[in-house]
Amino acid sequence: MGDTSNIKFKIQDLNLFYNSFQALKSVNIEIEKNEITSLIGPSGCGKSTFLKTLNRMNDLVEGTKVEGSILMDGIDLYREMDAILLRRRVGMVFQQPNPFPKSVYDNVAYGPRIQGIKKKIELDDIVERSLKQAAIWDELKDRLYKSALGLSGGQQQRLCIARTLAVKPEVILMDEPTSALDPISTTKIEDLIIKLKEHYTIIIVTHNMQQAARVSDKTAFFLLGEAVEFGVTKELFSMPRDKRTEDYITGRFG
Amino acid sequence: MQLQKGMFRKEYFWKWLISVCGIIMIVITIVIGAFLIYKGSYTFTGFGHSIGEFLFSAKFSPNDSYSGSNGSVGAAVFIVGSVLTCGLALLISTPFSLAAAIFMTEISPKFGNKFFQPAVEIFVGIPSIVYGWTGLTVLVPAVRDVFNLPYGNSVFTAALVLALMIFPSITSVATDAIRGVPSSYRDAAYGMGSTRWQIIKNVVLPAASSGIMTGIILGLARAFGEALAVAMVIGKTRVFPKNIFSSTSTLTSVIASNMGNTFDGTEYNSALWSMALLLFIISLLFIFLIHFISAKGEKKANGKD
Repeated sequence: MGDTSNIKFKIQDLNLFYNSFQALKSVNIEIEKNEITSLIGPSGCGKSTFLKTLNRMNDLVEGTKVEGSILMDGIDLYREMDAILLRRRVGMVFQQPNPFPKSVYDNVAYGPRIQGIKKKIELDDIVERSLKQAAIWDELKDRLYKSALGLSGGQQQRLCIARTLAVKPEVILMDEPTSALDPISTTKIEDLIIKLKEHYTIIIVTHNMQQAARVSDKTAFFLLGEAVEFGVTKELFSMPRDKRTEDYITGRFG
Repeated sequence: MQLQKGMFRKEYFWKWLISVCGIIMIVITIVIGAFLIYKGSYTFTGFGHSIGEFLFSAKFSPNDSYSGSNGSVGAAVFIVGSVLTCGLALLISTPFSLAAAIFMTEISPKFGNKFFQPAVEIFVGIPSIVYGWTGLTVLVPAVRDVFNLPYGNSVFTAALVLALMIFPSITSVATDAIRGVPSSYRDAAYGMGSTRWQIIKNVVLPAASSGIMTGIILGLARAFGEALAVAMVIGKTRVFPKNIFSSTSTLTSVIASNMGNTFDGTEYNSALWSMALLLFIISLLFIFLIHFISAKGEKKANGKD
């Protein structure tokens, strides 16, 4: 691939339709490697839809049609890549923590196992490393074989992050990962996200503008399916170029 | 605020009516159980047979008289017959039921909801006599011809009929169980690059396993209790089956075909009641098993395991 450029995703003229409803309108964004990009905007504005185009989770929704192109490392996601293999490179963390009703260990080992890793030593290693990376190893190391559903919401979400990391993705998509959590858990997850930036490209949808300001390098503001403004987070929040962005971040609607 | 006239009278009237209806059902269940114990135990208390003889002896020739214990009441042949036919029916039916449930929920939910599920529900409504008669007319000769046997009445034929009868029970409970698996599990698994089959095998089926087990046990209970259809195709010989293609009898088929020919209170009659009691106890065990499994499943779902 010749990693000359720093661009992870190059999105060109992206239009997305759910049957006749147009959910995304000619979105043009470039997302850089090892940066945190946050997507903000009111409910139903297309930010989650946009997020899900990056690992083709929208493929699973019937009646979805995608136009334009998304290049990851220069390769077209929708035309030149298999969705299953893509999702192993672009992991996802969801709004509600959704661990499987299995043990902590089996949750983290799920991804490696479906890729055919069977050796116990290898799995042990991946589980430990992933949980450490997600900063939850110390809390869980003594209860690896207990059900993940017995954990608190915040622990469950960090476990889900560990589970995603175990697949060894290049990119992590996060769809409002803290909206179901308390402030302390939220802080822990935000710290974790910032730490993960070193090795991963992270794109996060958030309803919380302070969160976007705290964690992200770049921010995109979505409104009615349009990427109204995209730029360096500090600049976007202090000197929005578009009137609509200003109205939103100053709380005039949303 | 003014109280409406007669408000409390109505309140109490309905409360009592509903309570009485509920209590009557419980009382009836207990009375049936007590009656079965009273009738079924007379073989042992009145005619002096041992429980060991009843359960383990293969000699069944009770006298149709009130006088005494010169007959024998060994029901082992019928117990083995019941276990064998039902076990075989379950082995045949479970894979088809599971496949149908997976197809309806995971593979083709649209077609499943519109056509498959109604078709399965129709299966449930068919009376057992129709299954039995169809089995007798179609399956018995077919089994005879396909396997080149002198007679088509056999354990295998009975198991086929039973498999057909319990297929919808297992399928509908398993379908509900699979539908109950939260879609967030599927999302998570898709998000990690799972294929559909990997999700079904590694996520959906394990998460639905306690519900699926409940369906299987429900099917087994139905198979155990089915008399008519089995009696029509099993051949009703009173010997242990040599293999699955020979005929035998089951607990239910013996009761169904002999209850009209005995006098109340005779040794023969009591022996049949003992078998009925045994069936009652077995079905109770199945119900306990279902409760045990679903309680365990619930515990697992709440993360207390």
